[in-house]
Amino acid sequence: MASFMSERSASARLRNLPPQDVARHLGRTRRDFLRDAAGMAFGGALVSASPFVRAASLIKRRKIIVVTFGGGARDQETFAPEGQVNIPHMLGELAPQSSFFTQVTNHGILGHYVATASLATGVYETLNNFSAVPPDHPTIFEYFRKDLGRPISDAWVVAPSNGFNRIGESDSRSYGAGFGAQVILPKHLLSAASSGSKTDYAHLLHDNYETPLYAPQISGGEFELRQLENVLKLSVDNFTQHAKSLASPDELSVYIARQLMRQESPSLLWITMHDIDVAHSGAFSLYVDAIRRTDRLCAELWKAVQDEPEYAGNTTMLILPDFGRDADQDSGGNGFQHHRTGDAASRTTWMMALGQGVRHGVVYDSPIQSIDLVPSLGAMMGFSAAQAQGKPIRELL
Amino acid sequence: MLPQELHADQFSAYPAQAKRLAAAHVQAFQQLPLSFLPGLLRQLIEYDYKFPAEQAALDKELANLSSLSSAQIQEWFGGFFHLTLSSKLERVDWVNQPAVFLEQESAHLWTTHQMDAFTAAATNYGDRLQAVIGIESLPVRRLGIAVIGQGVDSCDFPLFRNLREHGTCFTHIKPDDGLALLLAAVEERAKSYPSPYRHWYIDGGQPFRTTPLLTTVSYAALGAVRENLLKFMQNEVARPGMGPEELRTNLARLLPQDLGMKQEGDAVLDRFQVKLFTEGSGTQIFSTTFAQWTAREALRRAQPLTLLVRFAPRQRQKPMDELLSGTTSSPQLDPLGSLVDADMGSYYHWINQQRLAGAERASFLVWFEGHSQALVIAPSLPRGAQSDSPMDLKSLVSLAIG
Repeated sequence: MASFMSERSASARLRNLPPQDVARHLGRTRRDFLRDAAGMAFGGALVSASPFVRAASLIKRRKIIVVTFGGGARDQETFAPEGQVNIPHMLGELAPQSSFFTQVTNHGILGHYVATASLATGVYETLNNFSAVPPDHPTIFEYFRKDLGRPISDAWVVAPSNGFNRIGESDSRSYGAGFGAQVILPKHLLSAASSGSKTDYAHLLHDNYETPLYAPQISGGEFELRQLENVLKLSVDNFTQHAKSLASPDELSVYIARQLMRQESPSLLWITMHDIDVAHSGAFSLYVDAIRRTDRLCAELWKAVQDEPEYAGNTTMLILPDFGRDADQDSGGNGFQHHRTGDAASRTTWMMALGQGVRHGVVYDSPIQSIDLVPSLGAMMGFSAAQAQGKPIRELL
Repeated sequence: MLPQELHADQFSAYPAQAKRLAAAHVQAFQQLPLSFLPGLLRQLIEYDYKFPAEQAALDKELANLSSLSSAQIQEWFGGFFHLTLSSKLERVDWVNQPAVFLEQESAHLWTTHQMDAFTAAATNYGDRLQAVIGIESLPVRRLGIAVIGQGVDSCDFPLFRNLREHGTCFTHIKPDDGLALLLAAVEERAKSYPSPYRHWYIDGGQPFRTTPLLTTVSYAALGAVRENLLKFMQNEVARPGMGPEELRTNLARLLPQDLGMKQEGDAVLDRFQVKLFTEGSGTQIFSTTFAQWTAREALRRAQPLTLLVRFAPRQRQKPMDELLSGTTSSPQLDPLGSLVDADMGSYYHWINQQRLAGAERASFLVWFEGHSQALVIAPSLPRGAQSDSPMDLKSLVSLAIG
């Protein structure tokens, strides 16, 4: 009983700490996990000599791939000792060659579309999470294309669900129409390619796991079916046949991303994965399965980067969940199932940066915010994220 | 409308007991902030259909509110008074539709970045209230029992991983008649400490047996209700202009008879069961989620002295390649995945039990059904220990509550 009370006391102590202190605790715990499991170094003293400065001459050719998880995974299922079995690829292959940020906090609304939009604008957006509406502030794609004069083919988004179809371009008047990214919704593509089929896979096409059975109507500039052939160089038959060999929507997203890399070689590619959010169904085993799948897919994507001549050696890949999930001990939630409490566990996550210009095997536990991503990418690629409210992450500059 | 404009007649649409209570406490309501009051009214409007433990808690809360002076109201609700709401929210019929108000208030608080302040105000209020109303004295220590792994022959991963450090793991349990022995032990407690809705049996499949001594909820018995609900949801989703918030609001309005439940049933339990599906996520699809969520809600609301939950295999989630192949087959079960779900579900069962009064004296038992592995958390047993002593489930329950 004494140790039970001690555990409860520890948990209570954490709950009684200010949120920023809890977030710091979570971040440092992640650092310790990584140091023990992946032999990574603490990077607090390494900030001054940036590899990005040395790599400045490569800016013109640099490719950036951002991988976000729409549906966070908690430490106990990932980086904590009991969870490491679920992420062998991230822990054993990717983390040792990455700069790992242990304390990324999201102070915005904890819904997947609005949070991903916030990641993409560098501003905590307040749009309706369940509506297919564009972000209010300019997206990274608009900054990138307008400032650097890049063509429309150079910025792409692969997103999980219909609600994301407007994420490529904002409503901001100062940027206007025409500077956004093209958005591919693989599940929508699959639906279109399979039209007329009597196959019952409606639940596969569910828009999100937060509101089962709901899918908003698509409107706006979504990827058209005919572009399967023109852009991805895939026939409808080839596409549907390949889809039949895949286990999940995220596998389909990575397949599409690889096709894009081969055919269009965009300099800015944004992929949002969503399988992990099956946690909302309350089935723990499916949540863990999805973490393992996502872990494997991240490694496959990184391998694809090495295999593609246009990307090998000049690509920086950043991986981050949009936010976390509720802690077991928070009575306002139901543990891993949701992200509704707004507690530190649901707001605090991590980011992994690897590849071109990034230090290998370094852990940073200084606090950063999810809205710092866009200004950081701007500084790395040479565009100004003028309306973003985050700050460039100095460890990446 | 603001709270100070309230009068008793505005509660005329409330059920009888709720109306009486509202009239008795309307003067206190008039002093409360709008950011708080609809949350209280959402509880009050359901008063007639709440479990006795909930009614007792609400009675105490209302009595306390009416006893507070104006200065104390300012002190208790300072955090709520500082929140800024919109005039649009003031126009919502929050007396008769408090849930609609709360939905919109939640969206407003998120978008105006006031959710943390709201949470802090609510936590402060909850702590103050808890200190005033005190802790319930229990006639017997609370007992939770989870039965997991139905239909699993063997598993190659360690069970009870989250619970091991808190209790003693038993490796030589005699599984014969295990479920019958556990149910008999639960029934015995119900006979010894009779009280409505205080002894529960939740089954994620077909109940092993029904017994009038226990409040019984099962996934199988609610099959028709689930089907009716899924049809309702599909129809709603197909309606033009339907959004998730409206769907949620419409689900919240559903009554037992809307989903085909008989009017002569237990009104309190029937409403509880409907809410399991209309407020739960995944309960409509997966029996393991249903069992876990039902245990959570029973503990949170009815605060049972005894709760036995038995997990059953859920349907298997088909991977994409199978869905696309178009082969139609009857739903298959996933016993091993269900064991993983139930193992975590039993951990949450224990956590939720420990949130209730008497946690330091409570006992918890989890058994791998049909097998020799079990774990017991009890004040009298060592933590992080293992016992190889052979015993049956009856003896194990005795050890847990002895």
